[in-house]
Amino acid sequence: MAGAEGDDSLYPIAVLIDELRNEDVQLRLNSIKKLSTIALALGVERTRTELLPFLTDTIYDEDEVLLALAEQLGSFTVLVGGPEFVHNLLPPLESLATVEETVVRDKAVESLRKISQEHSPVDLEVHFVPLVKRLASGDWFTSRTSACGLFSVCYPRVSSSVKADIRQHFRTLCSDDTPMVRRAAASKLGEFAKVLELDYVKSDIIPLFTALASDEQDSVRLLAVEAGVSIATLLPQEDLEALVMATLRQAAEDKSWRVRYMVADKFSELQKAVGPEITKTDLVPAFQNLLKDCEAEVRAAAANKVKVFCENLPEDSRETIIMTHILPCVKELVSDTNQHVKSALASVIMSLSTILGKDNTVEHLLPLFLVQLKDECPEVRLNIISNLDCVNEVIGIRQLSQSLLPAIVELAEDAKWRVRLAIIEYMPLLAGQLGVEFFDEKLNSLCMAWLIDHVFAIREAATCNLMKLVEKFGAVWAQNTIVPKVLGMANDSNYLHRMTTLFCINALSEVCGQEITTKHMLPVVLKMSTDQVANVRFNVARSLQKIGPVLDSSALQAEVKPVLEKLATDQDMDVKYFALEAISVLALA
Amino acid sequence: MWPVTKCNWRFVVSGAGGGGNDVQWCFSQVKGAIDDDVAEADIISTVEFNHSGELLATGDKGGRVVIFQQETENKSQSQFRSEYNVYSTFQSHEPEFDYLKSLEIEEKINKIRWLPQKNAAQFLLSTNDKTIKLWKISERDKRPEGYNLKEEDGRYRDAATITTLRVPVFRPMDLMVEASPRRVFANAHTYHINSISVNSDNETYLSADDLRINLWHLEITDRSFNIVDIKPANMEELTEVITAAEFHPHQCNTFVYSSSKGTIRLCDMRASALCDKHSKLFEEPEDPSNRSFFSEIISSISDVKFSHNGRYMMTRDYLSVKIWDLNMENRPVETYQVHEYLRSKLCSLYENDCIFDKFECCWNGNDSVVMTGSYNNFFRMLDRSQRRDVTLEASRESCKPRQVLKPRRVCAGGKRKKDEISVDSLDFNKKILHTAWHPQENIIAVATTNNLYIFQEKVN
Repeated sequence: MAGAEGDDSLYPIAVLIDELRNEDVQLRLNSIKKLSTIALALGVERTRTELLPFLTDTIYDEDEVLLALAEQLGSFTVLVGGPEFVHNLLPPLESLATVEETVVRDKAVESLRKISQEHSPVDLEVHFVPLVKRLASGDWFTSRTSACGLFSVCYPRVSSSVKADIRQHFRTLCSDDTPMVRRAAASKLGEFAKVLELDYVKSDIIPLFTALASDEQDSVRLLAVEAGVSIATLLPQEDLEALVMATLRQAAEDKSWRVRYMVADKFSELQKAVGPEITKTDLVPAFQNLLKDCEAEVRAAAANKVKVFCENLPEDSRETIIMTHILPCVKELVSDTNQHVKSALASVIMSLSTILGKDNTVEHLLPLFLVQLKDECPEVRLNIISNLDCVNEVIGIRQLSQSLLPAIVELAEDAKWRVRLAIIEYMPLLAGQLGVEFFDEKLNSLCMAWLIDHVFAIREAATCNLMKLVEKFGAVWAQNTIVPKVLGMANDSNYLHRMTTLFCINALSEVCGQEITTKHMLPVVLKMSTDQVANVRFNVARSLQKIGPVLDSSALQAEVKPVLEKLATDQDMDVKYFALEAISVLALA
Repeated sequence: MWPVTKCNWRFVVSGAGGGGNDVQWCFSQVKGAIDDDVAEADIISTVEFNHSGELLATGDKGGRVVIFQQETENKSQSQFRSEYNVYSTFQSHEPEFDYLKSLEIEEKINKIRWLPQKNAAQFLLSTNDKTIKLWKISERDKRPEGYNLKEEDGRYRDAATITTLRVPVFRPMDLMVEASPRRVFANAHTYHINSISVNSDNETYLSADDLRINLWHLEITDRSFNIVDIKPANMEELTEVITAAEFHPHQCNTFVYSSSKGTIRLCDMRASALCDKHSKLFEEPEDPSNRSFFSEIISSISDVKFSHNGRYMMTRDYLSVKIWDLNMENRPVETYQVHEYLRSKLCSLYENDCIFDKFECCWNGNDSVVMTGSYNNFFRMLDRSQRRDVTLEASRESCKPRQVLKPRRVCAGGKRKKDEISVDSLDFNKKILHTAWHPQENIIAVATTNNLYIFQEKVN
């Protein structure tokens, strides 16, 4: 304990304590992060009587310090003497729960929720619940918003009279004057409903939900949507129609697009919560409307859900619903005016083929894929191409290959290098699905053309792409098709292209194996050691270091070593540096 | 000419001692330097009461914000309301240079808007041409005392003498007011910001420049949403600019913006994410008999303000104030001439650039009276219910405590009566652009060039 051990052990703690009030934020932050060390040195008694009162008043500090403090206090129970004394942590967390900075408040609430579990049922009623009530009836809305997150943790563990009290406080907050508090209440409504007895969910929560869902503030109504989903999961099927569906239907047709967007965004959760019957009668028409919404943001959010919604339709009527209700909307979206909508659709449309089977895919979906493959927006085309695997499983990619090729070629030559980069990343996937023959015939030349792109990122990705292709098609294929072309570039007049040869060799040596590397690649690398551009020479040194482990020791000693030794005496210091590095890594010294 | 029905109360001003309305205004305070040569940086550029009226903020061309606080009620002087004293002063914006565009960015504070109070601290948004900042103004009356390794005065203790640990203790101290920047909302405006307005949802606000309006979340600084963009593809086709924008006081989805062509557009954010299509267009057809070279310039709206109850909005153009009912788009319900006598002077006002002055306007607490400024340090009180108006002057001459302000009259032509001022003797360098009205009480703040006058109702 303090005092007994003398100066040596006290000094570092003394520094930490003094730095709690240092002018430098960073030092204060460091001290706060070592708060447990300070508390340990002070002992539980002094932590409770001196340190915590000090911390309670520290709320003037910078956000980052307060955030760290709020987090520390969540795991401080042992340091104040265990669960018996845990309520001593409430005052500092209470003051942190009223600051204006949301992240700090949220962290304080999180810590309060954590330590609430360490309160005995008696302490919970004597200390914790009064704190929640104080926050809930505070003057400033910051404290009232914090209170909203604390009801659900104490409710299950208190007596029924206190429970009634807690429900009353929550009701009051749901009709608070400030939208901030109503938003906080709306966002915690679902969570609170989960801990309530079913009767109270029906008698208390439903009216609150209905009220919040028709709040004058858009921002409150949209949060009520999420609460509605949680509440729906709690209710028995037969009560859903009477208690929540009217409100949810109203939300799906809200005047504000933000609310409708929220419904679209939560649609899969909603679908799970209400079950197959209501899905058929209510959600299908609602979903159709969202797909046809006048606001593009809503259509895009709904389009994103097409796949999951269709997957989760009841099996017996899935195909009929999709074919008669969903597909017509999807067809319209394919030629939407907004590119975000089209690209959202393109990212999920392909997976419909697995649900609809071969015949429907060929007849109905394929024409849509083909339209999207010709879309003016590259993102749409990319999204189609990146999901080709779904179609491949159902109808085989051959059906598409005729249209695929022009789309790929166009993307491969797009003026924006990021688009070119994106299509390169799909090449190995495409190659795998289209097969080696098709690839050699149509795509190989593209892959080689990327090697001499004027943007480095493209050349780099092209190199990496070659490696993945070799992994797929094997070393023999590599030797016949790409290695000659790569090595040919070693004689290019542009030193950047000569370097690309080296980068390709770096990437390919391992997948091609020892024989190809020693026979074909190594001679080229060695020959390039006399290149007149220093950048090429030091990349030779780096390549040798890279491919060294693939070579056998005789080649290393007889061919690599002399070249590296010569490079080590190069007049350029970078060349020297990398040559020496290679010598030491390959242990050739 | 304006409709006759509106003319017959236009210049109704009761005799001396009375007032344009039932309130008699008297001098309370004047802030700012008294000497005649005015430093550019001291020119007041915005005035704004907070929601309770307890605080009054001004911004100036030097980028400073000064906040005045109403002293707590003094019982012995109950007939006279308490005064406003300096509460906090801070440098909100500094002059900057945009190296990419070779542009100087002035530090001048264009607008200040208070946030509804959320805890013991106060928050306000201040903006210059490009950057909006969120400031926290808070009080501190305690400070920690007690170190382990040094004395309170900074002398170090001998480490060997430390035998016990000391935890610092908070002790009371003199009240200190701190202003700290909490958020900086930058890089979203290509043109000059003319308005900021906080939404009734308390979590978003809008900022408007000449061609665009952006929507921000108060806690998110790295992105904003463009909700209005009137920039034509070809800038040669540009015919109008946004001059002001404001959110509806209660309906979170509604905002208006005014244009240099004298129109006001009301947008509903529920309808779509981009509010390029307005849902209402407020416009009064131009009177062809009144058309002149200056018609378009003087019809440009310099300020738009919703009434507190949200039913009406007021616009200020160069010569008049108009009150619009939100339910009637084709004409204003009330039109008030501010200084009609200048109509014959427009040519010289154009030559000295005064015609481009942006006068603001404000409502009183119960929306029954509106106030706006004029030249010669005159400001106008327009009483809507009694259809009466009065011209008052903010001047050093009537600076005695509780001195009642005398109504001023300008001779519009013809024979000048006693007490009247001729149009030619008005000083156009003295103008009142910025005024503010206490949200509940009859206390007004009027900014002349570098002075802030506070007037209040005379209580008998």
